[in-house]
Amino acid sequence: MRNPAVPVWAVLLVLAGLAISAYKAVILGMPVRPDQQTEVWSIQAQIGFQADGGPAIVDLAVPSVLPGFLKLDEHFIANRYGMAIEEEGDRRKVEWVKRRAQGSETLYYRISVTRSEQPAAWRDHPSFPSPPDYEEPYATAIRVIINDVRQESADVFTYTRELLRRLNARRDEPNVALLREAADSPAQWTRQVIEILKGVRIPARILWVLPLKDAASDARLLPLLQVHNGESWLAFDPETGESGVPDYMLPWRVGDDPLYSLSGGRGAEVKLSVTRSDRKLIEVARDSAQRLDSVFADFSPLALPVDSQNVYRVLLMVPLGALIVVLMRTFVGISTFGTFMPVLIALAFRETQLLWGIALFTLIVSLGLMLRFYLERLMLLLVPRLTAILIIVVGLMLIISLVTNKLGFERTLSVALFPMVILAMTIERMSITWEENGAREAILHGLGSLLIASLSYLVMKQPDLVHLMFVFPELLLVVLGLSLLMGRYTGYRLSELRRFRNFRDGDQP
Amino acid sequence: MSFLASPRRLTRMGVLGMNQRNADFIMRYNPRHLYPLVDNKLLTKRLAIDHGIAVPALYAVVREQHEGKDLVGLLGDHEDFVIKPAHGSGGNGILVVSGRFGNSFRKPSGDLITLEAMQHHVSNILSGMYSLGGLPDQAIIEYRVRFDPLFEHISYQGVPDIRVIVFRGVPVAAMVRLPTRASDGKANLHQGAMGIGIDLATGTSRGGVCGGLVGAVHPDTGASTADIRLPHWERILRLAMQCADTVGLGYLGADIVMDRDLGPLMLELNARPGLTVQVANQRGLLLNLRQIERMPTLPTAIEERLALAQSLHMAQPLRMAQSSREPAAAPTGRE
Repeated sequence: MRNPAVPVWAVLLVLAGLAISAYKAVILGMPVRPDQQTEVWSIQAQIGFQADGGPAIVDLAVPSVLPGFLKLDEHFIANRYGMAIEEEGDRRKVEWVKRRAQGSETLYYRISVTRSEQPAAWRDHPSFPSPPDYEEPYATAIRVIINDVRQESADVFTYTRELLRRLNARRDEPNVALLREAADSPAQWTRQVIEILKGVRIPARILWVLPLKDAASDARLLPLLQVHNGESWLAFDPETGESGVPDYMLPWRVGDDPLYSLSGGRGAEVKLSVTRSDRKLIEVARDSAQRLDSVFADFSPLALPVDSQNVYRVLLMVPLGALIVVLMRTFVGISTFGTFMPVLIALAFRETQLLWGIALFTLIVSLGLMLRFYLERLMLLLVPRLTAILIIVVGLMLIISLVTNKLGFERTLSVALFPMVILAMTIERMSITWEENGAREAILHGLGSLLIASLSYLVMKQPDLVHLMFVFPELLLVVLGLSLLMGRYTGYRLSELRRFRNFRDGDQP
Repeated sequence: MSFLASPRRLTRMGVLGMNQRNADFIMRYNPRHLYPLVDNKLLTKRLAIDHGIAVPALYAVVREQHEGKDLVGLLGDHEDFVIKPAHGSGGNGILVVSGRFGNSFRKPSGDLITLEAMQHHVSNILSGMYSLGGLPDQAIIEYRVRFDPLFEHISYQGVPDIRVIVFRGVPVAAMVRLPTRASDGKANLHQGAMGIGIDLATGTSRGGVCGGLVGAVHPDTGASTADIRLPHWERILRLAMQCADTVGLGYLGADIVMDRDLGPLMLELNARPGLTVQVANQRGLLLNLRQIERMPTLPTAIEERLALAQSLHMAQPLRMAQSSREPAAAPTGRE
């Protein structure tokens, strides 16, 4: 390793490949294993109402920012309604409009999400509220509690946590009881806490979350408390004081605006239903490839049309097959006919399976060799002779397919996928080696080629590896780095350890 | 004897491996643009003649297929000659003719070959059957070496040759390659020829290797290959050095034959000489290669380099004693 550029490049390439893969696996949630499953949650909001016969306008608040989730798709379904989506900060709503609505009307909103580590940030940046003038007797109670909590806290987070602990732990304390009395629902109670927090100028709001529970047909949004610490929104459970949005709670909307509003109708009702399904992560990743806001996702083979994807599934494995060839030649010292002929044979084995592949390869090459030995006696010029061998190979392939088809072996039909030019060249080279260096060497090289082809095939058909190379094509950089390193390997080959085994260990200086 | 040698032991003995030969010597000391000078034997021969290096005389060159038809005309009245491809490797495609009866020719083995078969052979050469990558080639017809009687008892037909490895202009190892029945009269170790190590200082043979077996007896003739002293040894080394100077390759294998009448002749040069010379000598190449590599400047005068090469060998432990102590018929090898 006297050329320092080689290890440097190799390490850089390997690290780059691994780093990009790790980013895609951990942050973007690309699946590392082919059968990895993920849960997909589908939520449907159904609005039903009785229309008055005139124009109808329906507003529905829908999820906007989804920390902890990835939106896979979203549908708005309404019969002959005009639709507009309004987005403002963290609030997002859909407005359906119809000029003449009559009788019972039903509108649907559907979203499916999966859990994800992808970072997502709330967009609203609130100003500090001014302390309200509380009415007595609440003013005194609030003042006492605010001052007590201030003693035991350092910042917005700890203040809020302490306040909620105080409000929830000592419900029988007169000041707390007084404040709780006024709030008869969790939402009211959350608003009450927000009022109290205004007294210490902490911006706060309600976050409505939907609990994701499989087969819930009438789910309700639950209120959480969110406070802003100057940088980001922190969520708390107003009843328990626990911080953070719990797992399996989908943030639906923020603030006090209603979930829906209706004009031009009566008896509106919103039903939220949740269903869970398991899908292969790879399909989810494919669906979300465009949705992910990342260069790495845009440049993934997953973004290609499906038939091109299948081509790349195979192509991306060829470097691994070539790596096997390098290993076997540089470290073991096995000779083959042609450098990458074994990889091409291995590609053909994908269709024929290993044993049939070896049998067919041996059959064609031996038959071809026999005919080639006869051609030798005809004393043909080189290129016409090669052409003759090529024609013979194609003919042999056809005959094998016809005969075995009659016998009912379907597998052998894929013999047509053998690279025929490669086979013809192999036969030609093998016969020359046979004549010049003897049958032993020719057969040894042939067996070496078959052995490496089989090994390459076994590596190239590993579903886990196929999946890895396909989803993380940047692993090519790792393979490139490894081959650079192997290109500077100057140690002995395994075959040389045998070749020089009789070297006598004498009185060396 | 163990099944595999330990890499550490081989390293200690300075055995050069194929990977290291390629990466540390061939790639480093042999500029690629010089390869055609040795890969094309016609170029090598012309270059050698220009620089006054002794080579077998060139009788004719066949460049085009149609010229091959007039083989008789090209041959003139030469009765014995060698036909070989300009881009051949490993001794492949070489046809030796030792006698002629009208339109049939005799090979040294005694077999006869018809003019038609010979024309086909030339045609195969021209169409690139023996050249690397199958590129169209040329056929060279040249003087057939009458080998020195010295080798009569230790050679099975064919022409034995002397392979000298020259590194940065200094010979670092040498061996004699003897054709055997198994090698079909070719001096190619891969095909079963025998390799005998030669002491650089004295030109005296030591043990030998044949098909992976180590021993000092020719497998066909049964004659001992030990303690043969090559005549004109210093002339041979000088010739090898001249070749290296002429083509400019830093790591070179020079194949030299001993003609009965003309003395040492350069047969061909090799930019990627093999590793068996180490087995024939029972000495790792790296021991000498590193000595030369460590020298910041090397002498330019041929005589000084000759002295350097011969002193390299002083450090070389003589293996002869061991070889002769061991019965060669019970070699320490496989099978």
